[in-house]
Amino acid sequence: MKMDATKIPERTQKVYEKYPSGDPSCLIDLLQDVQEQYGYLPDAEMQNVARHVDIPVSRVYGVATFYNQFRFQPLGAYVIKVCRGTACHVKGSLDILRMLENELGIKAGETTKDLKFTIETVACIGACSIAPVIAVNDEFHGGLTTKSLQKLLKSYRKKAQNEEVPHEHV
Amino acid sequence: MNTYSTTCFDNCWHSADTPCPHFIDCIASGQQCDGSHNEHASTRSADAQGTAATERLESFKRRLLFVEHDVPVIFVGMGTCGLANGAQAVHDALKAECEVRGINVTLIPVGCMGYCAREVIVDVKLPGRPRISYCEVKTKDVPAIIEHTLLGGEIIEEKLLGLYEPGETEGWEDAAVLGQLPFFAKQQKVNLENCGVIDPESIDQYLARGGYRALSAAINGRSGQEVIDDVLKAGLRGRGGGGFPTGKKWQLARDTQADKKYLICNADEGDPGAFMDRALLEGDPHRVVEGMIIAAYAIGASYGYIYCRAEYPLAIRRLELTLAAAREYGLLGKNILGSGFDFDMRIKKGAGAFVCGEETALMHSIEGRRGMPRPRPPYPTTAGLFGKPTVINNVETFANVTTVFKNGPDWYAGIGTESSKGTKIFALSGKVRNVGLVEVPMGVTLREVVFDIGGGIPDERKFKAVQIGGPSGGALPESVIDTPIDYESLKKVGAMMGSGGLVVMDESTCMVDLAKYFMTFIQSESCGKCIPCREGTKRLLEILDRLTSSYRDESTQEESLLRFQGMVYLERLASVIKDTSLCGLGQTAANPVLSTLHYFREEYEAHLYERHCPAGACRELLTYYIDTDKCNGCGVCARKCPENAIIGEKKKAHYILEDKCIRCDQCRVNCNFDAISVN
Repeated sequence: MKMDATKIPERTQKVYEKYPSGDPSCLIDLLQDVQEQYGYLPDAEMQNVARHVDIPVSRVYGVATFYNQFRFQPLGAYVIKVCRGTACHVKGSLDILRMLENELGIKAGETTKDLKFTIETVACIGACSIAPVIAVNDEFHGGLTTKSLQKLLKSYRKKAQNEEVPHEHV
Repeated sequence: MNTYSTTCFDNCWHSADTPCPHFIDCIASGQQCDGSHNEHASTRSADAQGTAATERLESFKRRLLFVEHDVPVIFVGMGTCGLANGAQAVHDALKAECEVRGINVTLIPVGCMGYCAREVIVDVKLPGRPRISYCEVKTKDVPAIIEHTLLGGEIIEEKLLGLYEPGETEGWEDAAVLGQLPFFAKQQKVNLENCGVIDPESIDQYLARGGYRALSAAINGRSGQEVIDDVLKAGLRGRGGGGFPTGKKWQLARDTQADKKYLICNADEGDPGAFMDRALLEGDPHRVVEGMIIAAYAIGASYGYIYCRAEYPLAIRRLELTLAAAREYGLLGKNILGSGFDFDMRIKKGAGAFVCGEETALMHSIEGRRGMPRPRPPYPTTAGLFGKPTVINNVETFANVTTVFKNGPDWYAGIGTESSKGTKIFALSGKVRNVGLVEVPMGVTLREVVFDIGGGIPDERKFKAVQIGGPSGGALPESVIDTPIDYESLKKVGAMMGSGGLVVMDESTCMVDLAKYFMTFIQSESCGKCIPCREGTKRLLEILDRLTSSYRDESTQEESLLRFQGMVYLERLASVIKDTSLCGLGQTAANPVLSTLHYFREEYEAHLYERHCPAGACRELLTYYIDTDKCNGCGVCARKCPENAIIGEKKKAHYILEDKCIRCDQCRVNCNFDAISVN
């Protein structure tokens, strides 16, 4: 999308007001808040951020690409987080991940073309008691097998089909 | 009186702006002063007004602790593990059902009580009766709980986990008691005493259970040096993994002269398989904050940060409420409890980088930079955050600080072993019956934790190993499972205390695969600053990858020979990485490989020589085949196969082309006749 880089859009105005300009120590907080607004970090906003904290854009990118949390592409309507913690691994989360990748035709970290599904892996959700576990838009599903996963995916596919514009995309 | 923030008697002048040194003492043991700004508590008034105020405080405390209450109380375990098991739905159902029936109840969301395997846990406290704990509650059980327990005063046996105290009421005498269950019997809940018991969002309940008494005891009329001396006397060592004596670290920071000092709580719990810090922050955040204020006082820090993973939204929300409440009560901010000491803090959300658990990387991250470690010295206690002296401790350490001052350093030093004092919280998970959070005194053996508390391995399988210390630790087999849990003993057997993840593995876990898993993790989390870690871990991973690869994926004979060459150099490579890496992440990176190689050499050999995975976990080494007697040729597998590796005529037995098969398991999962087997 096109965005006027010299003017801060209304959407994130409040975010910038929260942090004093010219203070690089709030860079990560600022990026987190901007991402919360869009679901990812649009290029134009990266420049706004750089101007706000008064450091080169290259350094903003340097920081943003270092951390796993930041994304530069929009997310799917359903974000499937596959836990790859030790407990989940021992209970077969790699099979779960492979199956998801197979079924949706994308790799971890990617989004389907129709913007319905995104697969992400996380180091540990902390729900080790119900391993292997995945979280779909922060709804947890535990004790999965490849069989039960297929059922689950079916139900989400149905849901995704029924909702035309699931949530706002930029 | 509805909260402790309202004054207990007319002359009391405690507020956030004018804090009274006796505020906590009043809550603990009744009115302490006559409100005349006198220094000493000896002026406590004995008049009628004083007695009335004391009585008011006492009765408020009894109500807060639910010793005295008119309406039944229901506690729902709503930590992350509870929520993952559907606690929100149970909570909502309870609320709706009570509203429909017009029953007056108090519904309180609490943190995790530790027994994650039996979530959702719902406690019911009827007036004048002991608290009942129900486990594995589903929404469909809600009407029964309300009908039988809430209205009928009966215990539902099938759902009962146990009572908090032995029941004296008729019909309740024989009910199980929580403390006697195998899961709880060998535990010593000190730092977790409030988790799952109190409402973590209520500072009043925390105060009523003796909260902030440690702070009051530590800072009232005592110097920071005396506080440090007490921590040294207690023998507290850092719970983040390394086990550095906490008092020593504080001493170094205290002795450094500077205009500003910082305190950081490391809540970037990135170890896969560890969730102790999350449970503490979700279940008893005030305890951690209290420990931080004590630490700040001891070293003379004026500002603090809690660096918490963004993946823990609930913990962050609760921490925000906690800090706000502490400020409102004059426990954080200017002139804390009238001691003249100023301290405040804020939460920094981590952005997802495992290496940020390393202290110098974490500080870079707070400064808004890439979270990369730097060489030490200078140590953070000399030049840390923004170049100022800084102390970093982890969540559990701060919880322990509170315990030290709440119960006294001598009491604390009485628990544990000669070199390791106190208790340790472990996140027990993997192939074990009682998955959950356990707190044990130092010095108990791994066997006691896995078999007595953990209940052993489910499905009648055999114990194989327990992984301790996360990606920096090691996997320990049955032969050393009687090792006592303390910093030194674990190092001796090739593991380390780590932050407290304990993952149990049975015979179906492949140790080569486990090593590969940890290497993959470390490889992707290596920050890339130093070459031994960046390149070394990559080479290590390649060696392991080749080990678990099938001959089908190898085009030339040299590739097969590379497998052997890799194994020859593996140990040397590991020791180079260990000796030359910049930070702890790199220096310990090879530990999972070395410990599995040491204890499970024959498994490595089976992979290397026979290309066989004894546990059947390494996918590439498996062979799929169809049992021609069972296959009726329905064709489902052929349609599901992403590689078109299954052929066959309709209604006749099908075959798998081994060269094409990618072992994705789709055919086996989808076969309705169990005709597909794996070798």
